[in-house]
Amino acid sequence: MDFKSSDTIPGPRTEDRLPHTAEAAVKIVIVGGFGVGKTTMVGSVSEIRPLTTEETMTQAGIGVDDNYGSASKTATTVAMDFGRISITDELVLYLFGTPGQERFWFLWNGLFEGALGAVVLVDTRRLEVSFDVMGRLEERGVPFVVAVNSFPDAPRYPVAELRTALDLPEEIPILDCDVRRRASSRDVLMTLMRFLHSLAVKGALT
Amino acid sequence: MTPPQRQRRSTGAASDGVPAKEGELRNPERLFVIGGEGGGERADLDLVTLIVARADPPVSATPEQAALLRLCAAPLSTAELSAYLSLPFSVVTVLLTDLLAKELVQARAPIVRQKVADRNLLEAVMHGLQKL
Repeated sequence: MDFKSSDTIPGPRTEDRLPHTAEAAVKIVIVGGFGVGKTTMVGSVSEIRPLTTEETMTQAGIGVDDNYGSASKTATTVAMDFGRISITDELVLYLFGTPGQERFWFLWNGLFEGALGAVVLVDTRRLEVSFDVMGRLEERGVPFVVAVNSFPDAPRYPVAELRTALDLPEEIPILDCDVRRRASSRDVLMTLMRFLHSLAVKGALT
Repeated sequence: MTPPQRQRRSTGAASDGVPAKEGELRNPERLFVIGGEGGGERADLDLVTLIVARADPPVSATPEQAALLRLCAAPLSTAELSAYLSLPFSVVTVLLTDLLAKELVQARAPIVRQKVADRNLLEAVMHGLQKL
């Protein structure tokens, strides 16, 4: 594999460097179908331009999904966009936007297991693509909130109807958002954090 | 118009259809070329493990190692290293395993979700988000 001279490797811009005091990081995963707005959401709140990490998926994973590569391909690359928010001088939050298909998840060690929680981003035009994602998160015990990205031409359902359709218990927040707007994306993350906090309070009591 | 209907699942009810260790399968050629020798053992690194260089690149460092060491002069997550180096995450972990063994970098482990989350941590994150 070609590797360019290390001098040409672009690094973080000076203003994008973390302080040396940065001791630990936490992560939140934004999961949803293709085109639902994961990267837009990451970009709207990230302090750095969203970056892309990738992983190689070998032949074993191919053939399950018609969208991927030609038959002759032996490996395919799965990309994941992410962004960063400095919480304090010591603590950093990373946001990962990941495809909904679970077979991508295990490519990255502990992507969900170690995450504080997840945001399931849904498009009401294709609600059913998020069903499996929610089921997988439930099975893994990953706490999540549901954010409905409001596309202009998407059907609008009352939250109660959506909750019934998604078979979600009362305590799981469902909210509308416009991920292009920083304030709206931040509200989604705040809703997740408040939900996690309520779980922590409840957990401490039991 | 009614939306389509989903069925809830419960924790641990997973038949867990994860193909056996599929994530462990790598492209051996690439790994060998970039990761060098060392049996392919990898340190337990998360996407958000922060990496900090402890020293300047030694003369013996490969171009990839030297680039990586220069990048993490200030703390940088493994995900960012993967992005800036345009290398798959697994390849970066192999490179880092070697650099950790040689004590050329330091790894700062992430805070992962506990059964009962640390409320102080959650409050700190909320406080940080409010400033956005």
